[in-house]
Amino acid sequence: MDTATHDVLVVGAGGAGLRAAIAALEAVGDRLNLAIISKVYPMRSHTVSAEGGAAAALKPGDSLELHFEDTVKGSDWLADQDIVEVFVDEVRRELLQLEHWGCPWSRDMDGHVGSRPFGGMSRPRTLHAADKTGFHMLHTLFQTSLKYEGIKRYDEQFVTSLLIEDGKCRGVVAIDAPTGKIHAIYAKAVILATGGGGRIFPFTTNAQICAGDGMALAYRAGAPLADIEFVQYHPTGLPRTGILITEASRGEGGYLFNANGERFLERYVPSKMELGPRDIISRAEIMEFEAGRGFEGPYGNYVHLDLRHLGEAKIMEKLPMVRELVHEYMDLDCVYEPIPVRPVVHYMMGGVRTQLNGETAVEGLYAAGECAVVGLNGANRLGSNSLGEILVFGARAGQAAADYAMGIGAISANPLGQLAEAEEKRIADEYLHSDGKERIATIRDDLWSAMESGAGVYRDEAGLKAACDTLRTLKERYRSVMVDDHSKIFNTELFAALELGFMLDVGEAICHAGLERKESRGAHARRDYPDRDDEKYLKHTLVYQTEGDPRVEYEDVRITKFPPQERKY
Amino acid sequence: MTTTAPTTGQTITIEVQRFRPEADVEPTYESFEIPYSDDVMILDALHHIKDRQDGSLSYRWSCRMGICGSCGMLVNGKPRLACNTLLRDFAPGPVRIEPLTNFPIIRDLVIDLSDFLHKLDEIKPYIIREEEKPLSEGEYLQTPAERERYAQFSQCINCMLCYSACPVYGLSEKFLGPAAIALARRYNVDTRDQGRAWRELVLYQDDGIWECTYVGECSEACPKNVDPAKAIQQTKIEGTLGWYTSLLTPWRGK
Repeated sequence: MDTATHDVLVVGAGGAGLRAAIAALEAVGDRLNLAIISKVYPMRSHTVSAEGGAAAALKPGDSLELHFEDTVKGSDWLADQDIVEVFVDEVRRELLQLEHWGCPWSRDMDGHVGSRPFGGMSRPRTLHAADKTGFHMLHTLFQTSLKYEGIKRYDEQFVTSLLIEDGKCRGVVAIDAPTGKIHAIYAKAVILATGGGGRIFPFTTNAQICAGDGMALAYRAGAPLADIEFVQYHPTGLPRTGILITEASRGEGGYLFNANGERFLERYVPSKMELGPRDIISRAEIMEFEAGRGFEGPYGNYVHLDLRHLGEAKIMEKLPMVRELVHEYMDLDCVYEPIPVRPVVHYMMGGVRTQLNGETAVEGLYAAGECAVVGLNGANRLGSNSLGEILVFGARAGQAAADYAMGIGAISANPLGQLAEAEEKRIADEYLHSDGKERIATIRDDLWSAMESGAGVYRDEAGLKAACDTLRTLKERYRSVMVDDHSKIFNTELFAALELGFMLDVGEAICHAGLERKESRGAHARRDYPDRDDEKYLKHTLVYQTEGDPRVEYEDVRITKFPPQERKY
Repeated sequence: MTTTAPTTGQTITIEVQRFRPEADVEPTYESFEIPYSDDVMILDALHHIKDRQDGSLSYRWSCRMGICGSCGMLVNGKPRLACNTLLRDFAPGPVRIEPLTNFPIIRDLVIDLSDFLHKLDEIKPYIIREEEKPLSEGEYLQTPAERERYAQFSQCINCMLCYSACPVYGLSEKFLGPAAIALARRYNVDTRDQGRAWRELVLYQDDGIWECTYVGECSEACPKNVDPAKAIQQTKIEGTLGWYTSLLTPWRGK
């Protein structure tokens, strides 16, 4: 088997991964042997789809204190406040660094970077690049990374497992897509920056690649998944496709109407209206549907997002991609017609539990970005905190992993080589045999059905329990999944089968964690436990993989300056 | 479920070019009949084939919303993004789907992008400055009008439809090509950049901008209105003016 050795290996080449790589090289310099591996070319990473913006307290009239409070309140007090303090401070420098690297932030007339209002933010502090902020950030980071000759890239290589030796992470096993060759990459430190897992659900803003890869890899290696039950439903997704219509459309003044023509948020979050936090607005929409005040369509109920009063000029300046998307996918012109929207799975607050600098429970294994839970977002993330999160904590993880790697000696290939060969055999045995019984899509459809009904915006005991039971059965059925494609060259069906395995693991963790959390907090809304219970649940959930059902434990949340209060807007 | 399109009972035929290097000497065409729906994209048609009929059909895709650039392919001979091309525009069919022209085929609809990535490197697509401003001094000021001058050229999603449409690239893969030149211009015109001289070494060499004969198919094919043809022509004009200037005032820049 081919092998390679590096000091640091970054898995995932989106915003967090690229930022980590750059930070690692900046910290240690040329003697660092660093590589990035990604199952897609870097510019295809899902960061590219982010639209609205990245928040930082840069303007007069704003303060770190306010950004901190907004974030903690938005998290329904599940955020670790020491982490939030670091974030609100460092995100300012990160966004300026990105500007220096060429990011085309939208500007005020005087040439300074502009900022817009956003959900749950008490000041307009969201920097943006029109309504394609993620696209511009990703391309800026990727293009800037080309300056660093010290970055070795493994493009279109699918990581199937981590190499764990003596309790430490020492690399990965990966399939090279163009040749089908399986090879081992040894590394003293591995940083997971693999993004979220929206594709565990049928209706999501997420790209196909968001299957929870890194979360499952870490989980299988013994690291706990934290807060995995907290799945963010974004209030404005297009019906059927789930394509995201950015919160910026509300930040720039858009309204939400029900079928009676009412701005219904008056009933739920009157002080913030359309700029309330996402969990509250998504729940409001569902309640409107259940009260019979939603529009009915072939793809379920929806409400109207109305931008007409903004006028064409403003829409073309601030929300041009929204107009384009609505036109291409709904055949509507949002300058003249309201946009049908409904709640859609968008972001995983949960993921691999880490400390401040990305350290996981497994030595040598780091995580940053959406795949990680460093403690910033708690039970609900505020829009425009994620694009900053990937930079702040991507940079910290990069530096920490590099420092760690430089401090340890050479890796021994001996036991790792055997582990890698065992993994190669496992893939051949479990996927490339001819006894497959069920198509990937059939198992996946049943996964989607279970997740949609059991882990929706509103959940209850019966639904979550049923989902847990279904997931258990699906994992059994998955053992005989059928892969038509036995060729080596660019076998995307094998990747889809491997991704399904990741999705089943993370999906199961979501359902069990949801079942155990008998309260409502942030994005986890239980019909049978409608109140928040700080006495029992002011804690992070930690889910561990076992031979049987996942094991759920809890860990205290770190409160510093902002004691828990009722979350009212 | 909220994501399945209602079907009309009608079907449509999709002809896909297949090439499996381990088995095939040359590409062939395979036909699939799938349920027809009038609000799905070509990409959805491919998913149906892969999920329900033949899992071995290989194609790239990710965002399904026209921003990641993965799913470029020929649809009835024209370079399109599969994810934002409506199936109903080709009804009643058959619809022919092939990999982008002018690129080596790895497998089925998956092409080899390494040439473009090499060119991306060559044009140094990042801010180059003689002296960096410290972050403590804040952002480089840039007015909305200054941003406007390069904003269009910064919209490229690297989908390669322009390279597929370009007859010059079709004749010689050495040509720098539309996307690379547009991105070079994006940086050359950005007020924060001082690296124009570096990029000009690449832009004005053989196989650089002068190979372009202003066919304009690149801008026609571009799904994001980058207008690479415009970027190339602006670069040519600057190059020509630069040449005259150096001719008439040779002492400049020494």
